[in-house]
Amino acid sequence: MAAFETVEVTTDLLIIGGGMAACGAAVEAAYWAKKHNLKVALVDKAAMDRSGAVAMGLSALNQYLGMKAKGRKPEDYVHYVRNDLMGITRDDLVYDIARHVDGSVHLFEKWGLPIWKDKDGNYVFEGPWQLMINGESYKIVISEAAKNAIAQLGDNGKIYERIFITEPLMDGDRIAGAVGFSVREEKFYVFKAKAVVVAMGGAVHVFRPRSVGEGLGRSWYPPFNTGSSAYFTMKAGAEMTCQEVRFIPVRFKDAYGPVGAWFLLFKSRATTALGGDYMVERRPELQNWAPYGLVKPVPANLRNYLMMLDQKEGKGPTYMRTEEAIGNIVSSVPDEKERKKRLKEVESEAWEDFLDMTISQALLWAGSDIAPEQRASEMQACEPYFIGSHSGASGAWISGPEDLQTEKSKKEYFWGYNGMSTVKGLFCAGDASGASSHKFSDGSHAEGRIRAKSALAYIVDNPTQPKVEAAAVEALKKQILKPLDIFAQFKGQTDNPDVNENYIRPKQFMFRLQKLMDEYAGGASTMFTTNKPSLETAIELLKLLKEDSEKLAAENLHELMRCWENIHRMWQAESHVRTMLFREETRWPGYYFRADTPKMNNDKWKVFVNCKWDPKTNKWDVFKRDIIQIVE
Amino acid sequence: MPSYVILEKCDGCKGQDKTACQHICPNDLMVLNKATMKAYNRDPAMCWECMCCVKLCPQQAMAIRGYADFVPMGASVTPLRGTEDIMWTVKFRNKSLKRFRFPTRTTPEGSAVPDGGFKTSPEAENLKSPLLFTEPESLRVAALPTLKK
Ligand SMILES: Cc1cc2nc3c(=O)[nH]c(=O)nc-3n(C[C@H](O)[C@H](O)[C@H](O)COP(=O)(O)OP(=O)(O)OC[C@H]3O[C@@H](n4cnc5c(N)ncnc54)[C@H](O)[C@@H]3O)c2cc1C
Ligand code: SF4
Ligand code: SF4
Repeated sequence: MAAFETVEVTTDLLIIGGGMAACGAAVEAAYWAKKHNLKVALVDKAAMDRSGAVAMGLSALNQYLGMKAKGRKPEDYVHYVRNDLMGITRDDLVYDIARHVDGSVHLFEKWGLPIWKDKDGNYVFEGPWQLMINGESYKIVISEAAKNAIAQLGDNGKIYERIFITEPLMDGDRIAGAVGFSVREEKFYVFKAKAVVVAMGGAVHVFRPRSVGEGLGRSWYPPFNTGSSAYFTMKAGAEMTCQEVRFIPVRFKDAYGPVGAWFLLFKSRATTALGGDYMVERRPELQNWAPYGLVKPVPANLRNYLMMLDQKEGKGPTYMRTEEAIGNIVSSVPDEKERKKRLKEVESEAWEDFLDMTISQALLWAGSDIAPEQRASEMQACEPYFIGSHSGASGAWISGPEDLQTEKSKKEYFWGYNGMSTVKGLFCAGDASGASSHKFSDGSHAEGRIRAKSALAYIVDNPTQPKVEAAAVEALKKQILKPLDIFAQFKGQTDNPDVNENYIRPKQFMFRLQKLMDEYAGGASTMFTTNKPSLETAIELLKLLKEDSEKLAAENLHELMRCWENIHRMWQAESHVRTMLFREETRWPGYYFRADTPKMNNDKWKVFVNCKWDPKTNKWDVFKRDIIQIVE
Repeated sequence: MPSYVILEKCDGCKGQDKTACQHICPNDLMVLNKATMKAYNRDPAMCWECMCCVKLCPQQAMAIRGYADFVPMGASVTPLRGTEDIMWTVKFRNKSLKRFRFPTRTTPEGSAVPDGGFKTSPEAENLKSPLLFTEPESLRVAALPTLKK
């Protein structure tokens, strides 16, 4: 076995991830840990300043209630989310995040995030729930507060960067910590903890992206979130929910620049190449998806679907009518001087939207000499992603807060600690927790805060350190480092280190996963369409892929990380396919379409589909759970 | 548009134990070649073009070039990030230029106070209370909403 030093860290609370949810967890945990003299450790695979989905920045805070400014209630947000997810959502979780999110936003402002304000000092809304920000340094500001909070703990707080978390550590049915390795030095890390908050984001590159050359990395979702949250919770034996609810954003074509500001702030339309507005012309189709299709705003997946129907009929490409939108804005200003000024403002706002969160879209426009006031730009559906914090819903099945339950929901949705999965001591936040979509960046932060407080309550109630057997750790170490051993053993046998019958390198392994998911599980090349036989084929191919994952080979630490990232993706894929196979209906047609069960069936399928992998028997169980309405 | 290193400008961050680009890349792509003391991107096709490396390089030795498989050649986007704002220069294929300056933060670097000046209320002190440590003050409403039953 590769000779790695083993580094052991013992803590009370372990936060895994360094993104929005983890930063929220750190800020909250530090306060309570200090009061109760407890230890907190946070571990991130990258540098917290720029890790996760907000690495580049963002141009909006997508969830703001404005409880004071607008007098809105968390109930209002629940109505919106429930409809957008075609009825499949946990009212208690969505309500809980919504009632806390304003607090995170007000903290961000104090910390130094520039939030747009109007002449009267009120926040500028992009859409009903979205605030505009100058967000280039968003992640830097958020991680700064988290680091400053952990620093207040002195020796009781520590942040570990550049450590890739691979597997959970268990003590029977209780979480006992996590193991991983440094991607900088030959060290194997063992984190022992009484409770764990998992916040390692969602997953991309499970499906084949549309660009497969140099642009492979230009997925909408960042290539550095690889399904670790889902893998970790599943391997711990936790129940998962909504693993079928992937997200497919429609964005500017190829560089995947954001469209939110164009639709909401600039009131742009999208039309096909032949000039038709699918949101108008295809309105009758929405009847088929009632009651959800008839509510405003129309659910994101149905908007996608109407566009896709046009494209299937050969009416593409689809265009964002930027020239028309800017024309309308500018012509509404009567004074010529004012009009010129307004045009400059809109131009700057439009470019900032790209430069703050999808710089490549700015480069694509510059490379194509696009002036948005003169010419429309193409839009396209990206490939499927797993991002439970956005418009998808995949993640762990967790307990809700006690004070929001009805008598009925309490039996199903509450088991002691807010945000705890079905594994004792294992809490989930952000993309790691399911059935609570539309929390976005700031709601994920708020959720991280909620989870941390509740995890510390668990630690105070359960103060013993779980037991971890040395032999189990040693076995994990051997398994995790194995790809290095395989490469070292066989590399000398062939002329080309990429072609060797004894092993497979992580990149080709990833392509194999992507090809099968794309072709059988409803990827972009099939217009997101699948059926039972295709999904069964995917299961068969995944089984073979899983066997071959034992032959992954890594030349160095970076490649070792790539090996494990792809194993994590593969598990995300398997739970996805199994859940789609189980749900015999089509409910989110713009996210995926089951051609053999093409209709929504509320009588049979207005339920959660949950799944669980059993560590003892190595078997999957897929089953229904009731949806209990809590908010009228 | 993968990142690349302009060899003439890169000084390997003067041989410190970690270089700025290597430190910051969220996808672990940047590596220092110790023999030449120049950095390189080990896997351009896995680059998200977030430009975190470009913004942080002290020598301005990093840039991005549009993904060769779909971006027409000849354009560039160049950031210059200061302590409170960022300046962008966008050069078009047709050689025209646009410049933008946007604020990035309203407070001095490093100064974020975790509680933002919001106080902890006595009810929040119970670990089982749903109130977080800055609430309800940070919510700007009198009490945390709950469902009346
Ligand atoms: C392109 C894009 C645009 C978006 N636009 C907006 C917007 O305008 N407004 C908005 O509010 N929201 C937006 N979002 C959503 C927002 O970014 C997410 O909701 C939010 O980041 C989720 O937080 P998280 O903590 O769950 O994940 P992330 O913030 O992604 O954090 C994940 C963390 O886990 C770490 N990690 C991953 N794997 C491992 C591992 N194996 N070991 C250790 N650490 C690991 C990562 O390094 C990272 O620190 C956007 C998202 C994307 C992708
Ligand atoms: S940060 Fe810049 S100067 Fe330093 S090693 Fe990287 S490219 Fe070279
Ligand atoms: S642009 Fe981003 S992903 Fe690409 S090398 Fe630089 S920091 Fe890494």
